[in-house]
Amino acid sequence: MSLHRLNYMEQLEAESIHIFREVAGQFERPALLFSGGKDSITLVHLALKAFAPGKFPFPLVHIDTGHNFPEALAFRDKLVEEIGAELIVRKVEDTIKQRRLTEPKGKFPSRNWLQTYTLLDTIEEFEFDACIGGGRRDEEKARAKERIFSVRDEFGQWNPKLQRPELWNIYNGRIHKGENVRVFPISNWTELDIWNYIRSERIPLPSIYFAHKREVIEHEGQLIATSEFVRPSEGDIIALKSVRYRTVGDMTCTAAVESYASTLDEVVNEIIATRISERGETRIDDKVTEAAMEDRKKDGYF
Amino acid sequence: MDLLRFITAGSVDDGKSTLIGRLLYDSKNILIDQLEALERSTKNRDDGSVDLALLTDGLRAEREQGITIDVAYRYFTTPKRKFIIADAPGHVQYTRNMITGASNASLIIILIDARHGVVEQTRRHSIIGSLLRIPHVVVAINKMDLVDNSKEVYDKIVADYEVVAKQLDLKDVTYIPISALRGDNIVDKSETIKWYTGKPLLEQLEEIHVESDVNLTDSRFQVQYVIRPQTDELHDYRGYAGKIMSGVYRKGDRVTILPQKKETTISKIETAGKEADEVFCPQPAVIHLTNDIDISRGDTIVHSNNLPFVNNEVDALLCWMDEKPLLQGNKYLLLHNSRIVRAVVKQIDYKLDVNSLAHFPVEDDVKLNEVVKAKIRLATELVYDPYKKLSCNGSAVLIDETSNATVAAVLLQ
Ligand SMILES: Nc1nc2c(ncn2[C@@H]2O[C@H](COP(=O)(O)OP(=O)(O)O)[C@@H](O)[C@H]2O)c(=O)[nH]1
Repeated sequence: MSLHRLNYMEQLEAESIHIFREVAGQFERPALLFSGGKDSITLVHLALKAFAPGKFPFPLVHIDTGHNFPEALAFRDKLVEEIGAELIVRKVEDTIKQRRLTEPKGKFPSRNWLQTYTLLDTIEEFEFDACIGGGRRDEEKARAKERIFSVRDEFGQWNPKLQRPELWNIYNGRIHKGENVRVFPISNWTELDIWNYIRSERIPLPSIYFAHKREVIEHEGQLIATSEFVRPSEGDIIALKSVRYRTVGDMTCTAAVESYASTLDEVVNEIIATRISERGETRIDDKVTEAAMEDRKKDGYF
Repeated sequence: MDLLRFITAGSVDDGKSTLIGRLLYDSKNILIDQLEALERSTKNRDDGSVDLALLTDGLRAEREQGITIDVAYRYFTTPKRKFIIADAPGHVQYTRNMITGASNASLIIILIDARHGVVEQTRRHSIIGSLLRIPHVVVAINKMDLVDNSKEVYDKIVADYEVVAKQLDLKDVTYIPISALRGDNIVDKSETIKWYTGKPLLEQLEEIHVESDVNLTDSRFQVQYVIRPQTDELHDYRGYAGKIMSGVYRKGDRVTILPQKKETTISKIETAGKEADEVFCPQPAVIHLTNDIDISRGDTIVHSNNLPFVNNEVDALLCWMDEKPLLQGNKYLLLHNSRIVRAVVKQIDYKLDVNSLAHFPVEDDVKLNEVVKAKIRLATELVYDPYKKLSCNGSAVLIDETSNATVAAVLLQ
């Protein structure tokens, strides 16, 4: 092994740091969309490396569905304090009231779709010209074609037919007023890359990523935690199980997996062994149609 | 474990999607739910097998038309390497997409249908690969099952391609007879193509030597962002953040700031928040200098004994990527990594035919997917190297200021 070589993990990290610095260099009002999940925690970790010892150059923006895991909120607040970043929280609840939106009904009333409205309002309110997100190209077919700097029109829409060519490591972030750019610094990482990185960098995560006891409903083969948002109804099979989560989303639509993995190494090993991509296993609303993600992105979703 | 980025090129129906699907499938990189979706959308196939091509087929419009029209990126990992595939369309009207996909690739797989041999597209894809200086070429001769695994057919295609390779001065070319559909010589060695003694494709991809592709001699660093915390304890801190584009930088190195032409010394280097004695390509770094020089984003720091070109007029190959044509005399912005400069395309010298490399005079304007040689005048000096020598510092894009679109790939000469 030559001294002057990076392994693939270091190469991915280098690329992401380069992208972060381009954002800071090109935009006036960038923000980092922070969901509280492992991908956005990894983004924060990379940004800290990119700008150390300077101060964290973007506010963290949390589009809050209101259906949070309390553990994830506590983690968020502690992280923000530690890194000295500004935190902006905008609630989907408020958008629903202000804009008289209709709440989704049903047993697992996901507010994921409504997040789009709150996000677009927040972008307008703060005049953000770039929003950094944790999207990865391995997540899903439509994303596989999205640029790292992805221009959105005034309505936050992505037009897959009108993407700018993105050549070499050159990122064209020029936009007209009203438009903004979604930036995906970890586009080229896969889910396993993220986990391996978290393991090698020992990045702290919210406790729900590790096995813990929880009361869950079994719904079509998936485990959904009971909570103030999800009430069991008659005939539901409720069980107390040892579970962990692979994403921290909306509590109503994020499923748990049964697990006894309680350390980072155990969790990563288990994930590598199961080889099920995370959207399929843990997001209920994605199974609807195969083109669901593509439609939603065109509508300005993350 | 390291990283290899490659691009696959072939004409429609040569089997590109099947090949990529096969690589992902046979190397066990398809996740269970993706497999289910695949099986769901595989309608009534006669033999009941899954259609591997569907795995790589992205946006809905493309699904409807059944062709790949934009670059898509795929990922797979083996115990030896992580791979990033740029899956780009091959038809001439998508030259721009192919150039985009090729720009980051260190290897190109040229797919040839064994029944058709070396065709115009094969030449074009090879020419694009050579223009962009992709260091490694793998020629995959596909659908061998349809020519009875004939060694004669294969040998003839190899001989024909050797002519192309010689003309384009391609240095590292490997040939493999495959059947993407049956999985012959993809992950495992074929049982039916017995006369082939080389390695299967995946093994080839795992073992191709990419270390020497990195230039560690000509050191280039462009400032992306100036870090100035201005806090009490870091009052005088001033670090220049960027990526080591090529070469190696060490503490104490004598350096020149361009285009200012000021000399100074590196006093400290940090990478990822920690101090380091040296940094190398492609590490991110923060460089500190002994002298107080006015330096901002886009300025270049190089060793004083190894200087790039500094000019306000450059020759370049332009690959035109916009629906709006290029007109001689038009003004654009030139984005050269993190440096943005006003530019005017002063003169268009000739059009380069990407099927033959022939030069033609430019009679009308320059259209989408055409490649031209041009002279560009810049409002301020550009610090660059010829693309052929150092692609990382010889590449740029043109931006139309009125639409903000990226309209051309620029290969500086
Ligand atoms: N017999 C045979 N057919 C193949 C082979 N590879 C691909 N095909 C078929 O050729 C057709 C075009 O393949 P596809 O992968 O869609 O081509 P693309 O347009 O290059 O992506 C499909 O019907 C494939 O099943 C092969 O090795 N042998």
